[in-house]
Amino acid sequence: MSLNKTLVDMDYLLNEAPREKHFITGAQAMAEAVKRASVDMAIAYPITPQSEVMHLVGDIYAQGHIKEYYRAEEELGTMSAIAGAARAGVRLFTATSGPGLLRGLEAIVSWPGHRVPCVLGILTRVVNAPLSIQPDNIEMAYMLHCGAVMLHAENQQDTFDYTLAAFAITEKVDVYIPVAVATEGFFVTHAKGYVNMMDEKYAYKEVDPYEAPVPAMDNEVPPARIQRDAPVQKSNFMSYLIHSVWQQEIWDSNRRAMKYIYQYLGGPIEVINPDADVFILASGCAAAQAREANRYAEEEGLSVGLIKVKAIRPFPKQEIRDALKNAKSVIIPEHNIIGWLASEVKSSIDNSGIVVDGPRVYGGMTLPVELIMTEIYTALGMETETLQA
Amino acid sequence: MAADKKRYNMRISGLGGQGVVTSAHILGSCMDNAGKFASLVPFFGSEKRMAPVEAYVRASSEPIYEVGEVVYPDIIMIYHSQVVTHGKSYTMPFYTGLKKNSLVIINTGFEVLNEDDKKVLSDLNATVVQFDATALAIKIAGTELATNMAMMGMLLGLTGLVTEAHIEAAVRERFLGNSFVASGGTASLDSAIEKKFKKKEDLLAKNMEVINATFEMAAKIDLNSDELIINIAV
Repeated sequence: MSLNKTLVDMDYLLNEAPREKHFITGAQAMAEAVKRASVDMAIAYPITPQSEVMHLVGDIYAQGHIKEYYRAEEELGTMSAIAGAARAGVRLFTATSGPGLLRGLEAIVSWPGHRVPCVLGILTRVVNAPLSIQPDNIEMAYMLHCGAVMLHAENQQDTFDYTLAAFAITEKVDVYIPVAVATEGFFVTHAKGYVNMMDEKYAYKEVDPYEAPVPAMDNEVPPARIQRDAPVQKSNFMSYLIHSVWQQEIWDSNRRAMKYIYQYLGGPIEVINPDADVFILASGCAAAQAREANRYAEEEGLSVGLIKVKAIRPFPKQEIRDALKNAKSVIIPEHNIIGWLASEVKSSIDNSGIVVDGPRVYGGMTLPVELIMTEIYTALGMETETLQA
Repeated sequence: MAADKKRYNMRISGLGGQGVVTSAHILGSCMDNAGKFASLVPFFGSEKRMAPVEAYVRASSEPIYEVGEVVYPDIIMIYHSQVVTHGKSYTMPFYTGLKKNSLVIINTGFEVLNEDDKKVLSDLNATVVQFDATALAIKIAGTELATNMAMMGMLLGLTGLVTEAHIEAAVRERFLGNSFVASGGTASLDSAIEKKFKKKEDLLAKNMEVINATFEMAAKIDLNSDELIINIAV
C-alpha cells in the first residue's frame, strides 16, 4: 500500500496498539475497521441501512486504503463476485441488510463449501411484509445453517473490534471460511457511541497466499479441468462420500474458529454476576438493553446475571451450559419474532425449562428495558407493576 | 415526583418548527457539560411545520447502554397544545406508557386535559405543570422560536439536572458553534460575519433570559404537592 502504513499482526492491532476515544456511528466503526484491515477488494450493492457502511467504504477506497471497489448489479451478483474474487487469493469485504442478504443467500451459503475467506457485514433490517427498513434480526436465522462463522455486535465498539478480528479469523488455515459480523441497523449503524480506535497508520498485515490452505487460481489462465472433471461427478458413491466429508470439514472448521474467538475477543460470551439465580441472556443490540436491565436490577438490590453472547456460530454451547448450570431462570430478549437465540440456548442446555421465551419485539420496534424488568420481577416471584399499554 | 433520580427517560412531543429535536440535542449537551450522560433519538415523518415530531432523551449520572425510543417515560414534555387536542403525535394518547409518580410539562394557555386524561394521570400519581411557554418566549425574547428554551428551562429548573452555566455553554455551542472564539478585536472577521454574530449573540442572550425566567418560575413550584395540575401564570 502506498499510504505508508505500519503493518502488524492482529494480536498487536487489537490488544497492544494505542487507542484513542472517538464518538462515531456503528457504520463508521465498521468502515474504520475495514480501513485498518488491508482489504484488497470490496464489492457491494446498496440497501438501507447497509448503504451507510458501503458508502464510507467507498470513501476509504477513494483515499487509497482499498485496492479495488465496485458496485455489483445486485446482491446475488455481489456475493458471486466475492466467491470469484476469493479464488484469486485476495482479502475481501462486503456488507448487506435484510432483503439484500436473502437475495444474496444462494451464493453466500456456498461460500463455506468453496472455502471463501471474506468478511460479511450484516446490518439487520426487516425482511418480512409489511416491508420496513427498521432493525429486526430475523435474517440472522437464515444464516445459521450455512457454516459461516457469525459474530453479533452489541454496540459501536464491538462492531469495530469484531470486524477487525473477523479478517484474521477468516484467513486462518484451520478455519478458512467466511466470517459474518452482524449488528442491528439504525440502533447501532446510525447511532453514535464511544469507540476506542488505534491510529489509522496501523493496519493488519496483508494477505499472504502462501499461508492459505487453498491455492489461489491464476484467473488469466484458469484451470478448466477442475470444473469439468470434478471428483464429485465421478460416481454417485464418490459424490455422496466427498460431499459428506466436505460438509463435516466445514463445520469442523467452524468449530475450530472458537479458539480464535477466545484469542481475539476474549471468548464467545461475557458473564456478569455468575452466581445469580436469574439471568438475562442476549446478543447484539438486545445485549445493550439487557445490560441496562442488569444495572436497573442491581440498583434495586436484585441479584440478576447477564450473559452476552458474542459468537452465534460457532455457538458457545459448553460455555452457556456452564454459565447456566445453577440458574433457575434465563430471560432471553430478542429483536425478532421467532426467537432463534432462545431456540439455540434451549438446544444447548439440559435444563431447557428454565428458558423464558422473550421478551421479543419485531418489525424493528424498540426493546424497552421495562419489558425485561417485568420478566425479572416475575422470575424472582415479585409483584410487578402493570405497564400501561 | 422525586427530583433526585439518577436517571430520567423523557419523551418530548411537539410540532415541526418548534425546535423539539434542537432542544433534545441541547439537553444532551447540557448533560455532557455537567459531566453526566445523555442519549437522544429523534423521530419524525415529513419534515414540515406543524407535523408531529417526537424526541426521546435519556439523561443519567451514569453511562447509558440502552438504545431506541423511550416507550415508558418518567417525564413527558408537550410543546404544543395540539399534541393533546388534535392528537398530533406518534404516541396517542400523549401519556401512553407514562410511569407512576412522573412529571408532565405542557405548553398551553388554556386547559387541555379532559376528565378522562385527568383520571389516568391522577391514578398514575403524575404531576402536570402547565404554562404558556410560547407567550413567555414572545414576552421575553420577542419570538415564539424560544418556546423550546422555555420548555427546556422549566424541565431543568424542576429537575435540577444541570446548572444554568451548563445550559448557557450548551446553547452557545448549538447557536455559535463550539469552535468559535469570540475575540472582539480581531480584524479577520468581515463585517457580514460580525453582523451575523452580533445577531446570534443577541439571540443567545434572549434565549438565556427565557431560561432564567423559567428557572425562577420552577423554583416556586412544589412538585410534592397533592395537586394534579399546577398552573403557572406567565
